[in-house]
Amino acid sequence: MKLNSPLQVYKYLPKINCGKCGEKTCMAFASRLVDRSKKIEDCQILLQDKEKFLQLAELLAPEIKEITAGVGDCEVRIGGDDVLHRHQLTFFNPTVLAYDVWDTMEEGALIERVKKINEFKKFYVGHYLKLDMIAVRSTGESAAKFKSCVEKVLGVSTLPVMLCSFDPQVLKAGLEVCADKKPVLYAATKDNWEQVSKLALEYRVPVVLFSEGNLDSLKTLAVTFNRLGINDLILDPGTYPEGKQLKATFENFIKLRRAGIKESQKEIAYPIMAAPITAWMTDNDPIMASYLEAALASIFMIKYADIMLLHSIEPHALLSEVYMRETMYTDPRTPLKVDSGIYKIGNPTKDSPVIATSNFALTYYTVESDLSSGRIDCYLASVNTDGIGVEAAVAGRQFTAVRIKETFDEAGFDFKEKTSHNTIILPGLAARLQGDLEDVMGIKVLIGPVDSNQIPGWMDKNRL
Amino acid sequence: MSKELTLAEVIELLNNVEVESLEGVTFEGDIEIEIDESVMNFREEANKLIESRFTVGTVKEWTTAIEEVTIGATPANGGTRGHAVTIGGEKALPYYFDSEMKNPTCVVAIDVFDMPIQLAKSVRTSYEDVMESPSDWAKKAVSEYHADMIALHLISTDPKRKDASASEASKTVEDVLQAVDVPIIISGSGTHKKDPEVLEKAAEVSEGERCLIASANPDNDYERVARAANKYGHVLLSWTQLEINAQKELNRKLIKHCGVSRDRIVMDPTTAALGYGLDYAYSNVERIRLAGLTGDNELNFPVLSATTNAWNAREAWMSSSPLKEDGNWGERDHRGLIWEASTGFALALAGCELFMMMHPGSAQLLKKITRMLGGSINEEKTDLSNWITKLII
Repeated sequence: MKLNSPLQVYKYLPKINCGKCGEKTCMAFASRLVDRSKKIEDCQILLQDKEKFLQLAELLAPEIKEITAGVGDCEVRIGGDDVLHRHQLTFFNPTVLAYDVWDTMEEGALIERVKKINEFKKFYVGHYLKLDMIAVRSTGESAAKFKSCVEKVLGVSTLPVMLCSFDPQVLKAGLEVCADKKPVLYAATKDNWEQVSKLALEYRVPVVLFSEGNLDSLKTLAVTFNRLGINDLILDPGTYPEGKQLKATFENFIKLRRAGIKESQKEIAYPIMAAPITAWMTDNDPIMASYLEAALASIFMIKYADIMLLHSIEPHALLSEVYMRETMYTDPRTPLKVDSGIYKIGNPTKDSPVIATSNFALTYYTVESDLSSGRIDCYLASVNTDGIGVEAAVAGRQFTAVRIKETFDEAGFDFKEKTSHNTIILPGLAARLQGDLEDVMGIKVLIGPVDSNQIPGWMDKNRL
Repeated sequence: MSKELTLAEVIELLNNVEVESLEGVTFEGDIEIEIDESVMNFREEANKLIESRFTVGTVKEWTTAIEEVTIGATPANGGTRGHAVTIGGEKALPYYFDSEMKNPTCVVAIDVFDMPIQLAKSVRTSYEDVMESPSDWAKKAVSEYHADMIALHLISTDPKRKDASASEASKTVEDVLQAVDVPIIISGSGTHKKDPEVLEKAAEVSEGERCLIASANPDNDYERVARAANKYGHVLLSWTQLEINAQKELNRKLIKHCGVSRDRIVMDPTTAALGYGLDYAYSNVERIRLAGLTGDNELNFPVLSATTNAWNAREAWMSSSPLKEDGNWGERDHRGLIWEASTGFALALAGCELFMMMHPGSAQLLKKITRMLGGSINEEKTDLSNWITKLII
């Protein structure tokens, strides 16, 4: 984005505070445009002034082109980033994770693998993390075989697909059965670009440009395709899985992204693709190859892959991949908090303890995990501290006797009815609230340990 | 560039660019169609590539090098260590091409505790035969698992554990220094009241070995810890909790009020496990590193990460999900190994140089990958030219 402060954006708005966009003021709307939670189309006044509209649209466009693949609920967005470091704003559009199948697979094995990719899920902070795309890989046998493989995949999955072959005839055969699903075409090279560009134009699908580690030829392809009117491009500079070539690959990713964002080189400002799958071309055994692939996935998720092609669908590798993606793409601007309320850990009874902590997600999940792993059945209160940790919230008065009472009241939790002991355990760091809380809630207040990992030991020594 | 066209010309144009039909289009009255010049030239240009050269600059704002800090003293420098370890010295983000890394490999210190401790099963199997003896534990970590350093944690001094005295604990420090000749980190129990006394005694018995004393932090008597580190010739760990300004302030106090020299400070801004705050920790370390590189001389010190805390994540140690609706978590030992290593990768790219770790496989993977990124491992070049078809699995 060329404009990155609300004040800069405000200059281009009507400044009449009509409220039709849903914001009270044009200034508020400007902030929402900057953090991308509103679109300029939401301003009806601006819509009527084509010139101004286009001018602002251009100024607000992300530095890295954003493209889409797939259709309907499974559509994915790729790219669209504006910063080199996540703390400077946030990274947009989590890395799209594509896993391969290949056209020589037996039908049964193929269907099973596709289903595994479809159905993988991992519970995380209240929702499920999932995989995004299926890459159908041609082994070079025949275009017909590839086409039939794509058909079988589409028969059991609605995920977007990536068609993988360097042979334009094979790609065309694949496109014939799935062009309406907006697949990603992989890949155009310096050898096949002429035919692949025609396919991209004919079928209007995004296309990956591939070069073996050579950024000059990658840029040559990008400039040529752009000139042909093809703008939904993804850049694959080649992922070398090992040795000094891995270093060169890492540097290429940094160079491409820096050119796109810091130097605003529009010709090269496209999403980048990594292929950790190449770990399977090394002479490592399958376990080591899956470690290497997961390692490459981590590294290129962090710097700066927008889409990624992988092979292993073993959950031991998938878990770290989907978690690393969450790590990098969590929005650093909003404090990570859980809903305040009273949560059951294990199977609490009337004799089980009631423990309070903050609703800062990190604190809450740490305490929850300490309690679960210590096999302590209890009630855990996530007190609304505006997502601030216990120590800071006590100092800042977001963690107070009144807030604690409110949390229990709102949840309809009555100590007399739910417990036999009428007692709450406060974090050690909130010890100073003890007297206040006894007065406000009329219950017994015990002070627990400073760190929740000491709760199991503390429970052994203390009686409710 | 736009041109005025007749309808016949439009049709001809569409034919030229191989558009065969338009659906749902109605023409009414005067229409103007803007045609991108590049589309008009499609046929002429389609048969050759537009040769281009890619260039990109270096980051000019990175003006300041990270301090180089040496841990461990060899006999030449008044200690008994077989080698010393030097970290820091970077002038760019880790493994960036803007500047060669002076000390390009992550340094791994394997954790040793001075009494048996509960460990994740995948980790415990590597150490269960040596947990009763810190010196055997240290020896095994060095000889079998190639630890660059040992991080000795004097947790028995915790009043809630054994409440061992400072002198008892320092005996263990002497034993470990005898048992191995790698540089060591000496860490207290994390008890703010007692640590300064424990660390002071430990610093005394290890005088001249240039150990890393862990730690000085805003909640303990950091002046006392810093005095001990200075007096007995050690390096000091400046530990804060996920707050860049607190880190800056503590570093300033250590330098200005406590007289700790700049080549003897390592920071631990607190790092978290993958999935449990790593996002925050990653950005905190990255911000600290960028501040250091761009000239903040209160933040340009090497960074340590207690990466072992990756094992606090249940995804690292539990055999399967406690939730019935959740998917399959896969084989625990592989998953845990990747978990600790991945936590390490993120932090290595953010700016950490020194890692306290436990799983030998995770440590090995982190070192191998960072060595490759640092350019010090040669492997046969993988041929990617036809990789799609060549990849046989």
